[in-house]
Amino acid sequence: MRKPVEQIEEATILFAGDSGDGSQTIGTQMTETTALIGNDVATLPDYPAEIRAPAGSIAGVSGFQLHFSSEQIHTPGDLCDVLVAMNPAALKVHLNKLKPNGILIVNTDNFARRNLRLAGYEEDPLEDDKLTKYQVFRVELTQLTRKALEATQLSVPEIDRCKNFFALGMILWLYNRPMEYTMKWIKAKFAKRPQYVESNILALRAGNTYCEATEQFAVSYDVKPADFEPGTYRNIEGNMATVLGLVAASYQSGLPLVYGSYPITPASDILHGLAQYRNFGVVTMQMEDEIAAVGVAIGAAFSGSLGVTGSSGPGLALKSEAINLAMIAELPLVVCNIQRAGPSTGMPTKTEQSDLLQMFYGRNGESPLPIIAPSRPFDCFETVYEACRIAVKYRTPVIFLSDLYIAMGAEPWKIPQLSDLPEIRPDFAGSADTRNGFEPYLRDPETLARPWAKPGTAGLEHRIGGLEKSDVTGHVSYDAENHQRMVEIRAEKVARIADALPPTEVFGAPEGDILLLGWGGTYGAIRTTAENCVADGLPIAHVHLRHLNPFPKDLGDILQRFKKILIPEQNSGQLLQLIRSTYLIDAIGFNKVQGQPFHVFELASKIDEILEEIGRA
Amino acid sequence: MRRKRSSRIPAGAPTLSKKDFVSDQDVRWCPGCGDYSILAQTQRIMPELGIPKENIVFISGIGCSSRFPYYMDTYGFHTIHGRAPTIASGVKMANPDLSVWIITGDGDALSIGGNHFIHLMRRNFDVNVLLFNNRIYGLTKGQYSPTSEQGKQTKSTPLGSVDTPFNPISLALASGATFVARSLDRDPNHLRAIIKSAFEHKGTSFIEIYQNCNVFNDGAFFQYTEKDTKADNTVVLEHNEPLVFGAERDKGIRLNGFQPEVVKTTNGQYSTDDLIVHDQYAEDTTLANFLARMSDTLDLPDPIGIFRSIRHPCYEDLMTNQIRTAKERMGEGNLEALLNDGETWTVS
Repeated sequence: MRKPVEQIEEATILFAGDSGDGSQTIGTQMTETTALIGNDVATLPDYPAEIRAPAGSIAGVSGFQLHFSSEQIHTPGDLCDVLVAMNPAALKVHLNKLKPNGILIVNTDNFARRNLRLAGYEEDPLEDDKLTKYQVFRVELTQLTRKALEATQLSVPEIDRCKNFFALGMILWLYNRPMEYTMKWIKAKFAKRPQYVESNILALRAGNTYCEATEQFAVSYDVKPADFEPGTYRNIEGNMATVLGLVAASYQSGLPLVYGSYPITPASDILHGLAQYRNFGVVTMQMEDEIAAVGVAIGAAFSGSLGVTGSSGPGLALKSEAINLAMIAELPLVVCNIQRAGPSTGMPTKTEQSDLLQMFYGRNGESPLPIIAPSRPFDCFETVYEACRIAVKYRTPVIFLSDLYIAMGAEPWKIPQLSDLPEIRPDFAGSADTRNGFEPYLRDPETLARPWAKPGTAGLEHRIGGLEKSDVTGHVSYDAENHQRMVEIRAEKVARIADALPPTEVFGAPEGDILLLGWGGTYGAIRTTAENCVADGLPIAHVHLRHLNPFPKDLGDILQRFKKILIPEQNSGQLLQLIRSTYLIDAIGFNKVQGQPFHVFELASKIDEILEEIGRA
Repeated sequence: MRRKRSSRIPAGAPTLSKKDFVSDQDVRWCPGCGDYSILAQTQRIMPELGIPKENIVFISGIGCSSRFPYYMDTYGFHTIHGRAPTIASGVKMANPDLSVWIITGDGDALSIGGNHFIHLMRRNFDVNVLLFNNRIYGLTKGQYSPTSEQGKQTKSTPLGSVDTPFNPISLALASGATFVARSLDRDPNHLRAIIKSAFEHKGTSFIEIYQNCNVFNDGAFFQYTEKDTKADNTVVLEHNEPLVFGAERDKGIRLNGFQPEVVKTTNGQYSTDDLIVHDQYAEDTTLANFLARMSDTLDLPDPIGIFRSIRHPCYEDLMTNQIRTAKERMGEGNLEALLNDGETWTVS
């Protein structure tokens, strides 16, 4: 007899185990399947910087959290409905994320004394009463996988590596998801190792059948598809959306893409992604260091290509002198900074938004640059495309300021139509521009952009460089007044980008008590909080800034319409400083610098606190 | 074998002269600086290369020598300290048809830009590197450089420098350079010939040019450049020729075990048959390494000329091939198909 199925609206699952246990793999597979059957989904991979920390240790725990729903969602969820703990260390690290009465699935085979000790447990937590507030499912996951695969020719260590698919089989049963997408993926992944195709599928099926057969699992759950706008969708991670956005900008502009990079977490996937697209004419150059990586991008830009470099904070520190050269040379360049937790090497696999002021001010002299930030994984596509558009139109380096949370996170993306992509026009200077001699710093009166004259064009031979330039002619100049004029022109050119920006979207109350002002990867948590407040009828709104330099022209007016401006950031208040100094308002910061994203409940309680202060609650 | 990618001036087009390569900017090196000669020889040789000047790009870093691009009426980019090789690599990759020239100095290329220098050599872009070696920091007014001799007394090393200098030729060879040569600011004919050979070489061409800084390190190379001492202190490398030198052409270089030594060819003990015969096209770098190391030994003459000239694939050609092959195999990229790639679902 089939077991009962309970309809629920949403669920959050956290897979956790040793970094070699394959939690990221099954998390990604669960995400793919969940997206393909029509739920909205958001993910949070959380893994250590070490490739394989000592097995069973706290340092080696790798987790993958996903949240799916029949409604629109914006975050990977605060607390989990299900925690799959493959060993005691995973339990120790993640148990505090499990909701009361949540489902805890543990692999009891890994709870031997040695593993308990490695995780710092004096007593076996499965034996004491600390777990009574959860629904605990004790599963001999390793033994069951070995039994299921005993007929295969694989060695025991090989068999044990399949146990993550046993766990995935269980979760697919628990949430009534089909196994076919995962099977298809396994077949493609192990196409050259058929014995692994067979074994992983056997493990997957065994996990599924186990749940169906055992009395432990009495109920399964179903989450109906979410309501999406009509269109074609795919599941996408932020870095992959960045890759596609860059390829799209190259394709639509006709400018060949040259991407210079040096491997660094969490930006390397952009290099890996772009390297696949040679058939789009994409050149990827893995260089000797971060400086060379930006150097080739600048050289390519000078030559008339779309020059792009990508890194994270430490790499940006190394690139800053070269970015400044591109700034004064007024060449189009896109610089991707996928932020991670700093300072210095910091916590390379954890998220943070602490490079904003570095991007604003981290260059010698006065060096204004446009800075734009994506707000969620799929938004990386549109935002990096916009970075390319601005770079080309205004002949300037543009900072694309993403962060680890959205770079590694995934969600469904409505694939855009090519006709909806804005035009990017290189408008190279031509030989006809030389009637009065070519003047490389003669500007477009509207945008203040200078001509982009690529080598190979007869009659436009000219010299540029890092020395101060004479207005119009571009000759080296130490003239006092010319220098001040050039400093002002470069600032004005960036400021004018705001002239052509669309009005800022205000979600929620058009005016009222609190404006939640955010940027970057905090979008999901802030928007969910704002939606809850609006549903409760509170006069609260949310503005999420894509353009951080220049700020949108209407931002000042919007800020005036609210009693309190609350700026949640994953730093100690960087946008806060900029807003306070730009608009002379007493904005309030809400700061979390833990390498972990905001929870909705944290934001909600901060709002309650402010409402109480202003006598609303 | 000597084919270049840089597009040629079409037949019938007016020929260029030296003055076509002189920009409208005043040259601002110290009077008497060796850089003037290098600039003049470069401007003189350019018309002979047969490429339109719009296809020529000079790229430099920081230092006295790096002002060079401002004085050439071609495309030019005066970049930042040590990074010219990176920017030049991007320029060449983005447009392999350009003739790219990197102008650098001993500090720029070997100190702050040392990392880029070695990687440029191994990648073998078809670019030319002119390293003006004056063994001193000129623009910052006289500190010792990575090619200054140990014990050099300068403003920053009043008791003498303690670090061992680089041998630029050895460094280039060790980094896999496919064309390595040395010339002199005070030997215009030789310098022009070497610059032309560098241009004709397909791959990264490296020329170390001994350049006199008459303000901060005057006479550093006089023993190699002045009439009365030159013949006895230099040996001119010529392919397939024995290493003969000296005012009387009566001395040569013989290999004694692993050690090059100077021998007389006229006293009956040795003849030119005993001397090292230069082979600049040898794939193996052993001979070139021996020759390079002669500069480190006081009683041996300094070799001038081409140490090595071999043909290896260029980075930009290998990359371009990858693109062409990918297009043939997968078809020209289609953005709509790319965006819709993988597992998708439709909501109606």
